[in-house]
Amino acid sequence: MPPPRHRDRGFSRRISNGLFFGYVGAVAGIVAAIALVLVARFDPVAFQGIRGLALDLTAPFSGVTRGVVRGADDIADRTSGYFAAGSQNSDLKAQLAEARRALIEAKVTSLENARLKRLLGLVEQGGKPIATARIVGSSLSGQRRYATLSAGGGEGVRAGQPVRSAEGLVGRIAEAGHGWSRVELLTDGASTVPVRLLRTGQPALVAGRGDGGLEVRSTQSGAQPFHRGDILVTSGTGGVFPPDLPVAVVTASNGEVATARPLADAARLDFALVLPEAVSAPPPPVGGR
Amino acid sequence: MASYYDDGRRPLRTWAVSVLSTIAGSALSLLPFVAQSAVWPAFGLLVALGWRMLRPEMWGAWVALPLGLIDDLIGGAPLGTSAALWTITFLAMDLADHRRVWRDLAVDWQLAAVAILFVTAGAWAIAVFSGGAGPLWTVAPQALLGALLFPAAMRVCAALDRWRLGKGAATTF
Repeated sequence: MPPPRHRDRGFSRRISNGLFFGYVGAVAGIVAAIALVLVARFDPVAFQGIRGLALDLTAPFSGVTRGVVRGADDIADRTSGYFAAGSQNSDLKAQLAEARRALIEAKVTSLENARLKRLLGLVEQGGKPIATARIVGSSLSGQRRYATLSAGGGEGVRAGQPVRSAEGLVGRIAEAGHGWSRVELLTDGASTVPVRLLRTGQPALVAGRGDGGLEVRSTQSGAQPFHRGDILVTSGTGGVFPPDLPVAVVTASNGEVATARPLADAARLDFALVLPEAVSAPPPPVGGR
Repeated sequence: MASYYDDGRRPLRTWAVSVLSTIAGSALSLLPFVAQSAVWPAFGLLVALGWRMLRPEMWGAWVALPLGLIDDLIGGAPLGTSAALWTITFLAMDLADHRRVWRDLAVDWQLAAVAILFVTAGAWAIAVFSGGAGPLWTVAPQALLGALLFPAAMRVCAALDRWRLGKGAATTF
């Protein structure tokens, strides 16, 4: 097949004008779009209105189909359970897996117990949650790790507020529409949370890597190395995140830098709580104004 | 665009199908899963490229601008990401059409694969520039999957095209 001759200008002034202005429009559009990207770089909360509106228009689709997907999950589980019941071998395997899971759960519970004992009395500091909402989806093809939450500005949700689940910190609100909002997950490349090591209390920073993992860096020089299985909780330094929320567990340690996994797995969450931004004392004013 | 075929009767269906199917492709990223890395190909781009390859004369390059903007709004990328990258891609396609002497599926696929790699890498670069993103390898599966799925997207466009135009689809617009 020969290539299309559609861009032939021919002799018609009308056609050549149309083509010309089409190209002018395209180039001007590219310049405008790059300007938008620059705005996004230097003012990340710009265009909240239009972005929130788009979120409000599109998120209900995820909200409705989320139920279908979870239902399908349940059906698949039940079906496989039915077939497995036919064979004692797989039945025993399932029991073994169950026992293993229970063992891990028991370990986590004992850790949790120890943690709660330490936290007793500090709980009063956390404010009342602003909203309880469902997590319905995420940006599947985008580069940022955002999840969609079924609560928005109507319920008092604002950009910057921390989000937690029963297991631990999920992330913080990146942008809020009227009835829906986007949560920047801990694993997002732009997310950084000040934490401390539950075992020793030493301060560290947890940063998202964008590939599902977290990077932990000690903020102390000459600190003790991290151990596998170390639990990290928010330190509350600098405000935003309330102190003593469980954040992550260290999966591999390389001295002062470690990799970690979030305790709250966003893919398995159904509900999350939006918390008010923790206030810290405002910095002293800089003279001059 | 309109000037070329403006014979006074362009029923809604002939142009709305291509635009709406592209938006539907973008909306596929709304499926209710929570992904820990970007593995889902940009279906909006695939469908747009499918239409571009199937009917090179249908859209002017500027059409990619609003379609990309809608893709940004749906996907939550920094505004202007897809709008800029898609329009640059479409302009480059026009340039390529001027130069090449032959076209078939293999050439279309190669061009589309290059376009998908360019847009994915560009979106990654803009995400890094405007806040944060993972290392570059995290977008490789997305780009490869997109390039491999392109012929399927083209088939979908072709089926929609036949329905859109009704009888005599091969010769009329």
